[in-house]
Amino acid sequence: MTDIIKLTAAEIAAKIAAGELTAVAVTEAHLARIDAVDEKVHAFLHIDREGALAQARAVDAKRAAGEKLGPLAGVPLALKDIFTTEGVPTTVGSKILEGWIPPYDATLTRKLKEADVVILGKTNMDEFAMGSSTENSAYGPTGNPWDLTRIPGGSGGGSSAALAAYQAPLAIGTDTGGSIRQPASVTGTVGVKPTYGGVSRYGMVAFSSSLDQGGPCARTVLDAALLHEVIAGHDPLDSTSIDAPVPPVVEAARNGSVAGMRVGVVKQFRGEHYQAGVMQRFDEAVTLLKELGAEIVEVDCPSFDLALSAYYLIAPSECSSNLARFDAMRYGLRVGDDGTKSAEDVTALTREAGFGDEVKRRIMLGTYALSSGYYDAYYGSAQKVRTLIKQDFDTSFEQVDVIVSPTTPTTAFPIGERADDPMAMYLADLCTIPTNLAGNAAMSLPCGLAPEDNLPVGLQIIAPAMKDDRLYQVGAAVEAAFVEKWGHPLLEEAPSL
Amino acid sequence: MTVTELVSYEAALAGYDPVMGLEVHVELGTKTKMFCGCSTELGAEPNSQTCPTCLGLPGSLPVVNAIGIESAIKIGLALNCEIAEWCRFARKNYFYPDMPKNFQTSQYDEPIAFNGHLDVQLEDGEIFRVEIERAHMEEDTGKSTHVGGATGRIHGASHSLLDYNRAGIPLIEIVTKPITGAGERAPEVAKAYVAELRELIKALGVSEARMEMGQMRCDVNLSLMPKGSTTFGTRSETKNVNSLRSVERAARFEIQRHAAVLESGGTIVQETRHFHEEDGSTTAGRIKDNAEDYRYFPEPDLVPVAPAREWVEELRTTLPELPRLRRNRLREEWGVSEHDMQSILNAGAVELIVATIGAGAPSDQARKWWMGELARNANESGRALDELPITPEQVARVAALVASGDLNDKLARQVIEGVLAGEGDPDTVVDKRGLKVVSDEGALGTAVDEAIAGNAGIADKIRGGKVAAVGALVGAVMKATRGQADAARVKELILEKLGVSEG
Amino acid sequence: MPGITREEVAHLARLARLELSGDELDHFAGQLDDIIGAVARVAEVAEQDVPPTSHPLPLTNVMRADEVRPSLTPEQALSGAPAQEQQRFKVPQILGED
Ligand SMILES: [Mg+2]
Ligand SMILES: [Zn+2]
Repeated sequence: MTDIIKLTAAEIAAKIAAGELTAVAVTEAHLARIDAVDEKVHAFLHIDREGALAQARAVDAKRAAGEKLGPLAGVPLALKDIFTTEGVPTTVGSKILEGWIPPYDATLTRKLKEADVVILGKTNMDEFAMGSSTENSAYGPTGNPWDLTRIPGGSGGGSSAALAAYQAPLAIGTDTGGSIRQPASVTGTVGVKPTYGGVSRYGMVAFSSSLDQGGPCARTVLDAALLHEVIAGHDPLDSTSIDAPVPPVVEAARNGSVAGMRVGVVKQFRGEHYQAGVMQRFDEAVTLLKELGAEIVEVDCPSFDLALSAYYLIAPSECSSNLARFDAMRYGLRVGDDGTKSAEDVTALTREAGFGDEVKRRIMLGTYALSSGYYDAYYGSAQKVRTLIKQDFDTSFEQVDVIVSPTTPTTAFPIGERADDPMAMYLADLCTIPTNLAGNAAMSLPCGLAPEDNLPVGLQIIAPAMKDDRLYQVGAAVEAAFVEKWGHPLLEEAPSL
Repeated sequence: MTVTELVSYEAALAGYDPVMGLEVHVELGTKTKMFCGCSTELGAEPNSQTCPTCLGLPGSLPVVNAIGIESAIKIGLALNCEIAEWCRFARKNYFYPDMPKNFQTSQYDEPIAFNGHLDVQLEDGEIFRVEIERAHMEEDTGKSTHVGGATGRIHGASHSLLDYNRAGIPLIEIVTKPITGAGERAPEVAKAYVAELRELIKALGVSEARMEMGQMRCDVNLSLMPKGSTTFGTRSETKNVNSLRSVERAARFEIQRHAAVLESGGTIVQETRHFHEEDGSTTAGRIKDNAEDYRYFPEPDLVPVAPAREWVEELRTTLPELPRLRRNRLREEWGVSEHDMQSILNAGAVELIVATIGAGAPSDQARKWWMGELARNANESGRALDELPITPEQVARVAALVASGDLNDKLARQVIEGVLAGEGDPDTVVDKRGLKVVSDEGALGTAVDEAIAGNAGIADKIRGGKVAAVGALVGAVMKATRGQADAARVKELILEKLGVSEG
Repeated sequence: MPGITREEVAHLARLARLELSGDELDHFAGQLDDIIGAVARVAEVAEQDVPPTSHPLPLTNVMRADEVRPSLTPEQALSGAPAQEQQRFKVPQILGED
């Protein structure tokens, strides 16, 4: 049954519900696939074989007993190792949390379990979600299934690679500056950053609280929508959670259409940093949208030029504070406690040993931006930029229903290429960051292969806050048109592992 | 530690004017912590009242306790503050093992209440207005026990043990504006302010504000300026001064110490100081250099607090009468002196007396029992008055039994003793111990006749006009009735039977 | 905007409790200088009369009722502790306060 792994989540759920497949068989097929390819891909940090099979057996038992099954019952999922899982290790890709077993489930984890989703394991990521390549994982990089010598994007490279390598039909990511969308883009998969506050952050290890947002990753727009509906919704344990109904994302994904819609193209999203093949595929996607009946409007967002700078002040500032709790006192790594050193020294030695370079860089950058004398110029100004970016979006969304752009300026770059050039690495998030700063919703979906390297290019769709359903409505239409044009989903063109 | 030879208090005040700043932390009496649903009940097993949020576990998030906000607003209103229309929490970043997140969720430049005042009454009745800078919300830290050093001191300890049950309990920090113009009465003002604040907090019902249990803690900031100057000197910050008496002593000590340093040509270092109960001195702690940089920024895990004006006004209508005004009213109603009222206040008896009166006792009786027998008992057993196992209703019942003549004072004391010993309510104790006054005139008459017959000599003396000797016969009757007779009535009966009139 | 010196990096590392090696100080000083040099552009808007946005959502007054929820058991609370004693977290000697 090797083709079980090629099924979409919607198909798997339907077959399990109809009794054509058991959840155990589906889980075993995916675990077998992981066994076969993960040595090469390294998408997973932890595989919860027993937990997954137990959940699958429970689903089968439920069905046998005639109980009602959720829309994704029995569907396997790869969970980014940033969400706490009771009894299952959670490392956030960091040495400082090696071996930590949380005593509680994240709200998202709980919702997945309640929906009878089968969690296969925890996926690799840039340490504390800081990075765009998954090279910053303390546990080694993940390979891009399209070319294992290239990055799968980051920080959620493990999740995107697991999807592209058919190790799971569904995955969870988190997006602080593009960590769902950029990995989706470079692996030819679909990723959605919901409106900020749409998915609970409770139990999601914080990087930058005002930017972090968990979201669905999948191989199809409909699968992403089905997962979106499961994980979204108000959570009283997260003060920043939106207390309103989840937008009708599944309905939108089943009714894809752009006819009569106004689609914005941002003037600022092109130029020297953009790969020619990426822009070529993007322009073709815009043409396609026009053919499907959309009206294309150029929108001007001048403050987007400052987005990257604002982001690299706000995110490090918040992270410098969020990561202070890793102090070797209550959990996690403890280094240098030889009975003579002070708690202060042990904390400093542990953090030195437990954090990687990118984490240290950002902690220091944030410490600097918040320190007295610099706060106004850096953190204060960055927050003003945030206001201006929001205003640019507001103005744009008065003219258009959604905005489109390339998701990331280039295709997957080789592992190691930007490893010691932070500024070059940061450019990967040029087009995704403004959305995080403003808090609205965005999706990345495949729009072809760049002619020069035959690697996936992502199309980003951006919607106003709380209008996540528009992403799915437009995404489903674009996906259907592309699949028709290509004759098959883009991932079929990936080399077999 | 350098020991400074103090100058006399009088000499210090002759040359300098003290400027004080008082920072009081009050632990709120909410059921749960400020940002999580863990219980705040005291005395629980270590680390049994913790959760991912108050342990600062990765992924955890805070949610504000509504009663925490409400209490802060009530305190602000009672302190005549303006209540912010919109304010935020901020993170105060510094590493310390008793603080799970290594930042304290507090408020910075946007406190919930600001610009108020509290009028305090000094012992001679003078009213002194203390201006309030702000009152803001924050959270408490965990508790550390230092092991391996001398008597739990941090110095020389080999390691420390942490219990996070207290971590996250809501605190309100109340900060005064610089208190100037108190002169030699500065220490007294400090004490009166903290005392008044404590009464106010208790009256609001937002905390029991027991200083001895750390529910209310005071930092005393003090500086001196040469007489005639208006420029503040460098201040010292004496931390954790945790009784009313200590507040006064700490201020007094620092005035003398500052003066001594300045007189000898030295300069005051801005530092924290530790207060020592044993001798009322302070010693140097941490020097406040500029390395301390709390990097405050708005707490991104919480949303702003914007109390609706209607809510604020509604809370204003629920405010109780100010303790000082209420005290003055009660003092007049009870007809007691300022001094006696102060004693009642110091004994923690005001509310108990009010409740006893409320249960039907005359005010003099209520005062008499609480400030007499019961105060003595509390003192001897080392308990607070309100910790005694007797209720104001029970005290009122005892007073009623005395008023009706069922008990005399001596018996009443025995009844109270019985109630305190757990023998039951007053009526049960009366029954069990058989303590009723013998009011049966027949029985009493027999006892009187027996006493006269048995003490013929004394009876004769009385008949002969030595009325004062009646005491001996009364004593005999009381003995015979095991104290359960009304002594006045016994005396009347004896004189009647002997045909003598008093006077 | 001024550049960032090795000494400043050492100060930041102390504030952030990172025991950086000498090599790291040099390495990070160079990188942080580059990054700060680039992101300092945000100061272009410092003079503009724009309100700051600290949070993407316009929410206010999110509160919970003062109701007790179950805590972790002490065993769960201490399950990740690097060391424990007497049902408490055991930590190295604390410097400071007195
Ligand atoms: Mg404070
Ligand atoms: Zn808690």
